[in-house]
Amino acid sequence: MAAVRVVIAKPGLDGHDRGAKVIARALRDAGMEVIYTGLRQTPEQIVSAALQEDADVIGLSILSGAHMHICPRIVELLRERRMHDVLVVVGGIIPDVDIPKLNALGITGIFLPGTPMQTIVEFITGHARARTSLTDSTGANQ
Amino acid sequence: MPPVAADRSFTTVSGRPVGELYTDESTATLDYARDLGDPGQFPYTRGIHPTGYRGRLWTMRQFAGFGTPEDTNERYKGLLKAGGTGLSVAFDLPTLMGRDPDHELSRGEVGKCGVNVTSLADMETLFEGIDLGRLTTSMTINSPASMIFAMYLVVAEKQGADWHTLSGTIQNDILKEFIAQKEFIYPPRESMRLITDVFAFCTEHVPRWNTISVSGYHIREAGATAAQELAFTLRDGIEYVQYGIDAGMDVDAFAPRISFFFNSHSDFFEEIAKFRAARRIWSRVMQDRFGARNPRSWQLRFHAQTAGVSLTAQQPYNNVVRTALQAMAAVLGGTQSLHTNALDEALALPTAESATLALRTQQIIAHESGVVNVVDPFGGSYFVERLTSDLEAEALEYFARIDAMGGMVEAIERGYPQREIAESAYRFQQAVETRERIIVGVNDFVAEDEPPVGILYIDESAGEKQLAKLDTLRRQRDQARVTSALDALRRGAAGADNTMPLLLDAVRAYATVGEMCDALRDVWGEYVEDAVI
Repeated sequence: MAAVRVVIAKPGLDGHDRGAKVIARALRDAGMEVIYTGLRQTPEQIVSAALQEDADVIGLSILSGAHMHICPRIVELLRERRMHDVLVVVGGIIPDVDIPKLNALGITGIFLPGTPMQTIVEFITGHARARTSLTDSTGANQ
Repeated sequence: MPPVAADRSFTTVSGRPVGELYTDESTATLDYARDLGDPGQFPYTRGIHPTGYRGRLWTMRQFAGFGTPEDTNERYKGLLKAGGTGLSVAFDLPTLMGRDPDHELSRGEVGKCGVNVTSLADMETLFEGIDLGRLTTSMTINSPASMIFAMYLVVAEKQGADWHTLSGTIQNDILKEFIAQKEFIYPPRESMRLITDVFAFCTEHVPRWNTISVSGYHIREAGATAAQELAFTLRDGIEYVQYGIDAGMDVDAFAPRISFFFNSHSDFFEEIAKFRAARRIWSRVMQDRFGARNPRSWQLRFHAQTAGVSLTAQQPYNNVVRTALQAMAAVLGGTQSLHTNALDEALALPTAESATLALRTQQIIAHESGVVNVVDPFGGSYFVERLTSDLEAEALEYFARIDAMGGMVEAIERGYPQREIAESAYRFQQAVETRERIIVGVNDFVAEDEPPVGILYIDESAGEKQLAKLDTLRRQRDQARVTSALDALRRGAAGADNTMPLLLDAVRAYATVGEMCDALRDVWGEYVEDAVI
């Protein structure tokens, strides 16, 4: 099976990228292919990156409190572009009251401070589109 | 589970191995007069004041800001009423990034992480009923530091305060933004110009102002070890002094107004040693490397903040204990001012109640613990002295590496400190994952059912109010005056004029933070970082 492809993104104006970088490395160490967008990406830029990179997963790192603006917009853009099979997960500081609202958008992978990396790896492995193709089964893509 | 496993490695939170016992052999090479000195004496290892906290306690300066200037003004008045002795302004991300509330990137961010200040009108509201002539204010602002400082100066002037006696601090430290916090706008060299302009302006017009707060706090929060925090922060300090000298200033004219800002993290002794090492290194650098003759140029003064990164969302009341221990380390290390974090800050900005408890923590240390009675009580401790010397040696090794790259600006352009910090952050995370390092309530001693704590929730109303105010401002101000001030600013930035007088003119015309920052973006462009993992 081909490696799961993950776009890790830092939306909004915040520059605190410790979490984004640590999770990017942890996912890479777990065998995933990770693309880090860098800072201050708009929802449009993030979804375009996911499209170009043929990503299975978008991982958003949001600490600033702007998640209720950013997440609905990302989900909307994914719908518009028919990228239904892209899993969106969020890590950062998300108040309890917002979790049901994000769940209602279809975002169930919400990882708060202190979450073990292994929990995130397992969630992504369990929920990302399992991609198999002819090239993979012949081993030509190794 | 045994309390301590036999094969456990004994290391500090930075991963530094420590011995079981330290003796006089551990400090055999130390010379009291050369390496320690009495408090108030070169090289200031034991503190910059001969009487420590007997003469004056540290300033209890709680960092605060959220929502609109009206919201934050009310919080400030509450903190001062509760016995806070200085103010410290937390700005929101649009302000920190030089964007007005109506900019696309500001959507959802206005008033969330701090207070939104768009124009002089907001600054007037922020300090309404607060006497800037009597109180010192610290402002955590970097890329738009000059713009916000200009606003503060105009508000002080309108209140009748004299700039020559006005005191306070602007963070104004762009190098640690490139290294760690990443709130940069302009490329490094243009950013350095704004800073040396402030140095020159204040030397003449606001001589008691701390023109910069060279910050290790954010470097540590991004994952640096204690030694890396020490090394990169002081090397940043060296870079600023060098740029000031290169801009034609006499070192003793501006160096006394340089202040520092460190993290006070969880490893008690390592932190105390770090603060002591910082003072020793800086005094020697200023004397040997820069030939400073004014003792005030040699003395490293610093603010400390307890480690936000050590706070856990799980069992948040445990954070009160963490913060108290970290605050104690800062006090024993001789800090000049201190912010203690609130218990709920892994979840949200603090509530009024949690902010008060954080302040009370400092008051208990100051008035009940007895630690303020003696200056540098750990001076002469075999362990703390050895740790102080080891941290100093490690910092000096980093200095040599960065000097070999051509300086800190060059090292940053090569991504060197950024990579060093990312490595340390990842190593720490791995140690937590494997439970080599225990975090109470997170990877051990976990509670199954935790009652939720009430948090401060900032909704979109602050953003709506700030947008409406901006709209009114743009309709009511003298637009021709704004345009002409911004044009003058562009011309000045393209040439060699000091930008501060030009910014003061723009502020008086009620130009916004976004407009002033855009004027400089037009001339200098924006910095884009290479995204590396």
